[in-house]
Amino acid sequence: MASEGGHGPQTTGEYIQHHLQNLQVCKDTSGEWVWNHCAGNPMTINVDSMFWSVLLGMVFVWLFWGAARKTSAKKPSRFQAFVEIIVDFVDSSVKDTFHGKSSLIAPLGLTIFIWVFLMNLMDLVPVDWIPELAKLAGVEYMKVVPTTDVNVTFGMSIAVFVLIIFYTIKNKGVTGFIGDLTLHPIAPPLKGPGIIAAPFIIAFNFILESVALLAKPVSLSLRLFGNMFAGELIFILIAIMFSQHIIIGAMGGVLHLGWAAFHVLIVTLQAFIFMMLTIVYLSLASESH
Amino acid sequence: MDINLTLIGQTIAMIVFVWLCMKFIWPPLLSAIEERQETIAHGLAAAERGEQRLEEAQAQADEIVNDARKQATGILDQAHSRANEIVAEGKADGVTERDRQLTAAKAEIEQEANRAREDLRGQVSAIAIASAEKILQREIDGKQHEDILGKLAQEL
Repeated sequence: MASEGGHGPQTTGEYIQHHLQNLQVCKDTSGEWVWNHCAGNPMTINVDSMFWSVLLGMVFVWLFWGAARKTSAKKPSRFQAFVEIIVDFVDSSVKDTFHGKSSLIAPLGLTIFIWVFLMNLMDLVPVDWIPELAKLAGVEYMKVVPTTDVNVTFGMSIAVFVLIIFYTIKNKGVTGFIGDLTLHPIAPPLKGPGIIAAPFIIAFNFILESVALLAKPVSLSLRLFGNMFAGELIFILIAIMFSQHIIIGAMGGVLHLGWAAFHVLIVTLQAFIFMMLTIVYLSLASESH
Repeated sequence: MDINLTLIGQTIAMIVFVWLCMKFIWPPLLSAIEERQETIAHGLAAAERGEQRLEEAQAQADEIVNDARKQATGILDQAHSRANEIVAEGKADGVTERDRQLTAAKAEIEQEANRAREDLRGQVSAIAIASAEKILQREIDGKQHEDILGKLAQEL
């Protein structure tokens, strides 16, 4: 399978590299949009990541909007009951953690949970199916799991990061936000001879708290990216076995099944963790210590 | 693996999807859930009330049945005593009637006997007169000797 396609025989390394390459479009130095010659160019769009993430987001909206439109308090359909289980689960998770009133956090959690789950779920589609179909359609690269693209996970965690800052300032004011960054974890002395040390302590606190603040979005996105990227890579490595010997291929089939079964857990767990940590960070942002 | 424009695209996509969810998906679903929770709570409360009322009604019915039973027993007792009374009255009436009839019969018998006696007396006296007539061979003025004849008849 790896040796198929229009580019002649591939080495294993090329096969892996091909699978890890996004379909990209970028503006090159001459100001023109070109396909797939974008290494190191920041004006690049990973078309496959965007396509699949937006498509899956639309699938989420379509499914849940459909359920919400036909919603009935008296006689719920099976699908509505299923959707309500998820909604209720997210709602109780939010209520357990976030003690303020917010019309944003619960829907945000639901969107993150289902959307990330669907994006992760693309990992369970055998790694060659969609890329080979794309190749038949003349598209050279196709990476189908958006969460294995660090841009996608960072894009989401940056939105969460902005919300963290917004909630901190909304609930504690700008001074409270600055206080959060400078007056913890060591309280600087405000009177007496120790006041000389205050600027140093504040600087120290600021470095520590800034790192802690920045670590939130970074860890949020890298955790998801790392898990999904590693999972995808293992699927690719297993897929290599299919193109070798028939016995190795059979072993690969067993491995694939085993890893897929295990990966179902990771897919769900990572989506849940992303949602839960978002809720936790936002509730921390809106509560005073 | 480079950070590029995709990041901004993804952030925008996320904002759009979260907004859609917040606007159109979450509120109807949650309100449906809450409405159903309320309905269920109402239903349970109503069921409890109904049960309580049933219990009350049962107690009331029991009370009514008990009353009725008591009343029935009372009526039955009354009827029994009334029946006894009637029987006793009847007996007493019977006794009186019998006594009355007995007395009347006795009186009538006596009367009848007296009448028979009178008759007999008259006949005897007539026979005696006839015999006396025959003996004397002459007629005695019946009217003249009526008092004697009466006295005779009395003595007979």
